[in-house]
Parts: sequence; C-alpha cells; structure tokens
Amino acid sequence: MKEARTRRVGKAKRAHRGVGRVGTALCAFAHPTLLLLALCTPLLATEIPLDQRRSGYEDLSRDSKAMEDDDTANPATFWVLDGEALWNAKAGSANKSCADCHGDAAQSMKGVAARYPAFDERLGRPIDLEERINLERRDRQNAPPLKFESHELLALTAFIGRQSRGLPIAEAADPRLKPFIAQGRALYELRQGQINMSCAQCHDDNWGKKLAGNIVPQAHPTGYPIYRLEWQSVGSLQRRLRNCIAGMRAEPFDFGAPDYVALELFLMQRARGMTIETPGVRP
Amino acid sequence: MDNDIRGATRRDMLLAGMAGVGATLIRIEPAAATPDSMKRAIRQVVGEAPVRNGKVTIDVPTLVENGNTVALAIEVESPMTKDDYVKAIHVFNEKNPLPNVISAHLGPRAGRARISTRFRLADTQTITAVAELSDGSFWSASADVIVTLAACLESLD
Amino acid sequence: MARALINVPQKAKSGQVIEIKTLISHIMETGFRHDNVGKAIPRNIITTFVARYNGEEIFRTDLFPAIAANPFVSFHTVATESGTIEFEWTGDNGFHETGSAKITVE
Repeated sequence: MKEARTRRVGKAKRAHRGVGRVGTALCAFAHPTLLLLALCTPLLATEIPLDQRRSGYEDLSRDSKAMEDDDTANPATFWVLDGEALWNAKAGSANKSCADCHGDAAQSMKGVAARYPAFDERLGRPIDLEERINLERRDRQNAPPLKFESHELLALTAFIGRQSRGLPIAEAADPRLKPFIAQGRALYELRQGQINMSCAQCHDDNWGKKLAGNIVPQAHPTGYPIYRLEWQSVGSLQRRLRNCIAGMRAEPFDFGAPDYVALELFLMQRARGMTIETPGVRP
Repeated sequence: MDNDIRGATRRDMLLAGMAGVGATLIRIEPAAATPDSMKRAIRQVVGEAPVRNGKVTIDVPTLVENGNTVALAIEVESPMTKDDYVKAIHVFNEKNPLPNVISAHLGPRAGRARISTRFRLADTQTITAVAELSDGSFWSASADVIVTLAACLESLD
Repeated sequence: MARALINVPQKAKSGQVIEIKTLISHIMETGFRHDNVGKAIPRNIITTFVARYNGEEIFRTDLFPAIAANPFVSFHTVATESGTIEFEWTGDNGFHETGSAKITVE
C-alpha cells in the first residue's frame, strides 16, 4: 500500500513533514507481541502505524530486559513496596489511609494508570496521576501535597501504576479531552530550543536510529514511573520529558505545568493499545 | 618556631621531613585512575606472583546502554572442589576515580565461580578481572568497553 | 521502608548448585560528586556483603564506589541441607541491613 507524504499547513514553527496513512480506518488485528485492542479510529498523518509500534523495552539490552522482567532484580520494586506501605498508612488530619476508602489496590486501582491523564471536572482540564493523588490527599485526607519527584509520590505512582501492568493503555473516550490531546500534539510537533527540534523529528521520523550510542525510541510511556539507569533511581514521565526538553536546549516548564499534562495525555493516546509495563527499566 | 619552615607549604614540610629518612618522594595521586594505578591496585592483590591470561571470562557489553549502570558477570573455570577452587575474584578498571570495582571471596561451597553485579564506568576503558585460585595462582582477563554519555542529560535545577 | 530483595530458590536437590540474587536499596554515593556550589558530596556506600548458610559463611564481597546504586549481587552456592541463608550488608555511616531466606533441600 502506498504511503502518502503529507505536509502540514500552518505556522513555520510547526512545519513538520510526516509520513503516514491519511484517513484510513484500520480495524484491529492481534499482534503477537503487542496486545492491541480493536481500534477502528483513523490513523492521522505522522502517526506510527499500529503494526510498527514498539515499546522502549524492545530496544533494551539483554540484561536490562532481565532487570525489568524480574521484580526481585528491578530496583523499582523498592518504590512499589514503599508505595504499598504508604497506601496503607494513615495520613493527614483526617487520619485516613488510601486503603480506608479504596480498599485493596489490586482491585480498585486496576486499570487506573492505564486511563490517566483523565479529565477533572472541577479544574476543567485533564490531570495526571500525581495530581490526582495530591487532590485526594487534600480533599479526603486533609494532608499536604507530596512534592513532585519526592520518594513518596514516586512510590505511590509506582504502586498504583503497577496495578495496571499487563493492561492496554485505554483510548480516551471522553470528548472533553479532545482539545487537550490536540494541545499535547501541538507541543509534540513544536520546534523548540536552540537546536530548533521537535519531539516528532526524533520519535516519529527517526526512531530506531542511533543517537550518541543509544537507539532512539518511539517514546511511548508504557512503563512510567521508570527506573532509569541514567538516574539510578525511579522517576516520572514529566522528569523524562524535562530531560529531553533540556537536551533540546529548550527551557523546561515547571513540574505540574498543564502543558506537560496535555503532552502526557497525547503521548498516552499515541500509545493507545500498548501494554503497560510499570515499573519499567530504561537507559 | 623554626625560621626555616615559616611560610613553607605543608607539602614542602613533609618532603623536608622525609628527606632525613631515606629521601622517599611522596607522589600526589591524580584525581582519576590511570592504567598505571590499575596495575598498582592489581599488584596490591597479587603481590609478586605472576598473573596468567586465561580461565576468566568477562561478560560485559561492548557498548554500554548507560555508563551509570552496567551489567557485569565474571565466570572462572574451576571444578570447585575442596582441593581445587576459586578463592577470590577481583575486578579493576583504569579510568574511574578508583581502580577497584568489586572483590568477591568464594570457596568450595560456591559450586560455580560466577558472580554478577552492576557497576559504573566513567569513560570508555579497559576492565580487568583477576581470579585467585586455591593453589595460589592468579589468572586474568580484560575487556574493552565503550561508554558514551546519555543523549539527553538533565540540567541542574 | 523496603530495603532488600532476595531471590533464593525455595527448594533444591542436595548437591545442586543454586544461584542467589540479591538487591539492596542504597544510593552508593561515590564521594566524587560535587553539589551545585562545588562542595564535594561525602562518600556513602555499602562496603561489605556477606552470606551465611546455616551460620557458615559461603560468600563475602567488598564493594567499592564503582558499584551502581541499589547494588545487585548474584553468586552461587551448593545446596547442602535445609535451613536458612542469611545476608548482611554493612557500610558507611553505620549502615547495617540484614535479610534471610529459607531453603528446603531434598
């Protein structure tokens, strides 16, 4: 099947050439290594075709794959276990634990990370799991928010994310999310920084090629929060995004910026149907 | 207060002191290890004994995914009986700030002389593993490893 | 706080060589890093790891700053009898952590 080359019309800053099938409705087929849902949504230009989607796991070395596959060899397990302890610990002046309302996380949190970021009624915009945890702490536990990238917040997101391991990333059905997905996509395609590069140029157009000895991944957030070998620690998707943006010599926004949540939402949708691996191991 | 040493640096004073006891020079070590300091570190372990090539296999990637965490496995050929076994496995590097990586002490109860760990490499360099056998002999192997910086580093916030 | 993860087969045959994998939570601060105003961050590492099988030492290792954070160490031992394999980590600033695993040997 011939692939159409499309050229985005619009501001020069957003000009980005992409390759893809435009407006073709693809119905699902089961890929042996990726669990894909029955998806009949059209692929947009520049998207990686469904049968070519690869998790960063596929590009790991033999030993790093072994690290991710074995919970007792994956240092991220320490965060998961700490998250479990926090889940069960009383917090705030309400003296309640997460478990007091949500019970057994293996049941109540199953599938949750797979459908975040999710729309929050009161804020009128999507929020990610970190923000949801802090809102719950404020509203139900009367507890102060946990700082971004703090051990506690990473432990909780690792623990909650772990309950979605093996599940496919859910398609965003809520129509209110559409403009935010578009906002995330715009940031993804925006040329920025001193190098004047966009995320898409590496991760849509040059995935699989090498940059400084590492394989450029397609950048699907299937394993977050991840144990990153570079950090020798667990970190969030936002931390990773800020790394990349600093690498492009652009100014990163603060943690929690709604722009980043929109970008997270877009990236999750770009990876819809792929399997959650949390907590993953990445270079 | 001795007029001779007023104003002198501490290093000068030490050298002056040493001059009276056989004039041994104090050598200030460089901040990073070098192939020489790796050799010295190996000498500290093996003494004057010869180190032969063989019996030792190093399992390490040729091009690392990330220098901050590199998987490493060392295996030594040995029947691992109570009369013929591996006493210790030492791993050295040549360009990290310190030459030692790990020193593992085994014995006949090990059954198999294979250890694995994860270590840090500051730069492209050669690593050397030395095995000490129960008969007092030393065997070694070396491996060259290429290390690149991660493509996107964090800025210091 | 979760500190150590130990992977020992629950069962083994007498004389079988088994692999033991261990992982401990620790920053392994090398002592060679500097903070953003140039001050050296002091060394803080695990220096020794020992394993004992029913009280008898079967493995001992010295670790150096070159070992990555959250040290992973795996080694082998012959399954001799049923009992307990104990693990002990010691390090800078009085760091001391222990763990154990039971094994049934037929």
